[in-house]
Amino acid sequence: MRPALYKFLFLLIIGWSALLNAQPQIQHWQTANGGRVYFVAAHELPMVDIGLSFDAGSARDATSGTANLTASLLTEGAGQLDANAIAEHFDQLGAQINSSAGRDYASLSLRSLVDPQLLQPALDTFKLILQSPSFPANAFERERQRVLIGLQAQEQNPAALADRAFYRALYGDHPYAQPISGTTQSVGSLRREDLLQHYRQYYVADNAILTIVGDLTHTAAVEIAEQLLGQLPTGKRPAALPEVSPGDEQYIDIKHPSSQTHLLLGQPVLRRGDPDYFALYVGNHILGGSGLISRISEEVREKRGLAYSAYSYFLPMRVAGPFQLGAQTRNESAEETLQVLRATLERYRNEGPTAEELTAAKQNITGGFPLNIDSNSKIAGYLTMLAFYGLPLDYLDHFIDNINAISSEQIRSAFQRRVDPASLVTVRVGNAP
Amino acid sequence: MRTLAIILLSSSLLLACAHSPTAIQSEGLVHETRLANGLKIIIKEDHRAPVVVSQVWYKVGSSYEYGGLTGISHVLEHMMFKGTPNHPPGDFSRLIAAQGGRENAFTARDYTAYFQQLESSRLPISFALESDRMRHLTLDEEEFAKELQVVMEERRLRTDDNPQSMLWEAFTATAWQASPYHHPIIGWMNDLEHLNVADLRHWYQTWYAPNNATLVVVGDVEPEAVIALAQQHFGPLKASTLSPPKPQQEPPQRGERRIIVKAPANLPYLLMGYKVPSLKTADAKWKPYALDVLAAVLDGGDSARLPRELVRGQQIAAGLGAGYSGSSRLDTLFTFSGTPAQGHDIAALELAIKAQIKRLQNEPVSSSELARIKAQVTAAKVYELDSVFYQAMQIGVLETVGLDWRLLEEYPQRIAAVTSDQVMAVAREYLIDDSLTVAILDPQPMDGSSASPKATSTLRH
Repeated sequence: MRPALYKFLFLLIIGWSALLNAQPQIQHWQTANGGRVYFVAAHELPMVDIGLSFDAGSARDATSGTANLTASLLTEGAGQLDANAIAEHFDQLGAQINSSAGRDYASLSLRSLVDPQLLQPALDTFKLILQSPSFPANAFERERQRVLIGLQAQEQNPAALADRAFYRALYGDHPYAQPISGTTQSVGSLRREDLLQHYRQYYVADNAILTIVGDLTHTAAVEIAEQLLGQLPTGKRPAALPEVSPGDEQYIDIKHPSSQTHLLLGQPVLRRGDPDYFALYVGNHILGGSGLISRISEEVREKRGLAYSAYSYFLPMRVAGPFQLGAQTRNESAEETLQVLRATLERYRNEGPTAEELTAAKQNITGGFPLNIDSNSKIAGYLTMLAFYGLPLDYLDHFIDNINAISSEQIRSAFQRRVDPASLVTVRVGNAP
Repeated sequence: MRTLAIILLSSSLLLACAHSPTAIQSEGLVHETRLANGLKIIIKEDHRAPVVVSQVWYKVGSSYEYGGLTGISHVLEHMMFKGTPNHPPGDFSRLIAAQGGRENAFTARDYTAYFQQLESSRLPISFALESDRMRHLTLDEEEFAKELQVVMEERRLRTDDNPQSMLWEAFTATAWQASPYHHPIIGWMNDLEHLNVADLRHWYQTWYAPNNATLVVVGDVEPEAVIALAQQHFGPLKASTLSPPKPQQEPPQRGERRIIVKAPANLPYLLMGYKVPSLKTADAKWKPYALDVLAAVLDGGDSARLPRELVRGQQIAAGLGAGYSGSSRLDTLFTFSGTPAQGHDIAALELAIKAQIKRLQNEPVSSSELARIKAQVTAAKVYELDSVFYQAMQIGVLETVGLDWRLLEEYPQRIAAVTSDQVMAVAREYLIDDSLTVAILDPQPMDGSSASPKATSTLRH
């Protein structure tokens, strides 16, 4: 066998296991210029996941689509390197790089082996992308055209159309209303300078969160944090996003030549760190968050055969993220399915879960907890979530207790206070009669 | 999935240790054995986290189907959650959920697989329930009628309302005339409409047996304990007499095939596929690996030729991919799929792809390209260990298409051994016009009016 494999076996035996510990041991510090760093040592595999997140998602767009295009331009040119050179640098090392933007944050990530011959050159290029992106004019124009093609693809996809209409209706004038990739009009009007401005304002140390999960010592992690964040200007974090004002009941109908109607219902409800979070999370697990055995799936799919997928979820965000119910059904059944979704929600909101349902949900969530943190990439995901939303670092330590503490009455109360069936947004995309 | 856990678990304890397992073959962390009834068991130890994934793989999928019954393997996969005499419909899922588990199933051309992910001490519930439904499925008439509606909704969602999926379906049905890879995995809608419970019962009895299955377990487990547990639950099941599927070998293609699919859409879409061998069917062992390298030269990372030259350089494609997977039971396709960039049409995109192929046939790939692919494969071999599910998946696929999980171990060396001459050789042998199928999506107006002249002009060649 090859030497690399021997090394791996050796590590398996003597390695200190981040994943076998009850919870990942999170080390946290700040760089001199204010960058927040979160590190979990995981020595079983000779690899590392490095992630940077900035409060620079589409909620910060001056023109809709800016954050998305800024993130995709980072790998298109940096320092003296063009897109080909950047891609070559990473590919030759077997390193993987990603950049993307969501509504709340933009992220840039690197996965590499920890062999210094591979990791250091990967970090050098990663650093260049982060600190000196050049936003080349030709790449800007090409990527803008590709975004426009992507928008045309969304227009032929009923699920994408429904999603865009849903956010627009829920959020009105709030920044969350805008689609992450922008609109044909807004992307058409973007200039390269808009991206530079977005980058300069938001990709700064005080607005940065760095997560590191992998086979590194604390000293090595500190060194990497300095390399990546030390040269960024301190800058400052943007002002808090505006709160979401509650909206009115709305019906949005979009004609589309599809055989199914896509249904979405919902309203803005939940931010990260909300005191009702655990009640709504466990409550929704029973309503529509636990696959085939949830109430919504039972009513829509198992009892009536109306849809392949029927669900509900709360998406907690910086400020009130959406509560959403959804299903797709043949056009003739759109009205029936909508009624079933509404009736299932209303009944659950009135009655709350049964004792048996609550016990089953707790068993499922707590019994499956080890699956949530069984890989470096899942731990990295949790780190980013905790760090970005400012949740306590012992969040995972108390997760199971927090779930077990929830009562049926708390769930009923939380749903009655937070979900208002009289002001739901309903989106229908399809060809229903 | 839904049942009475208590009865099941206590009866299983009484049976424990009643049989001694057959010999175990171990190589490093992987252990293999076979029960007397033919059930193959492959266990891979991964003690990184206290979790386990358990997968049961059946050698049946859409490539085992024939006309009139397409989609039956996938419908049966859905019905596997609809109960046995011991467990009413829904019990399976409820019992797994009560143990904190996650579960699902998937159907492909060459396999149908069922899985549970659990905290590692909870493995017994998985074996108890999987062994029960391996031989004792109820297949109730009313449950079937409802579930068939669900599958039809799934077909509408995945295929009928997605113009690119419609094109893929027509494309594979054109490329394969005799081969069962002709059929869509989800089945033709009309075949679904005429399926009945008797068809399913026959399909279940034909293929669901321990001697047609592989149990793959990866995670924080002790192999002897897993084998004893498997013996206890699966050991009592009777083997079947299996008739392997007919070969249904595709006759040689004698000339290019070209189709057009019209569907409401904004964007045209191009598919090109060349007939190529798989790991199972190749006449020389190195060829599938050379095809893998060929695919990576074109599309293995952002520095590969397609993104570098056609997306960024000539800017002919807005998106473009090349694909090959050697893990199939029968000959397969080396595919190209793409959308033209603004200002270019399908014909230009096709010409640009053909030029790339010509270059591969005439010029050796560079040593730096080969070095890059080798580095990527070496790194990917480590990265894939971050997921127990993926590790189990790789083992299950290879075993179920009739190959050997040991191929995974030798994969990096096989890729490293591929020469630029071999890449050129497979490009010359297989990427030829006479075995090419081309499919083009001709976008129709979304509002139902007749096609615009612009849309049809993309079809000129």
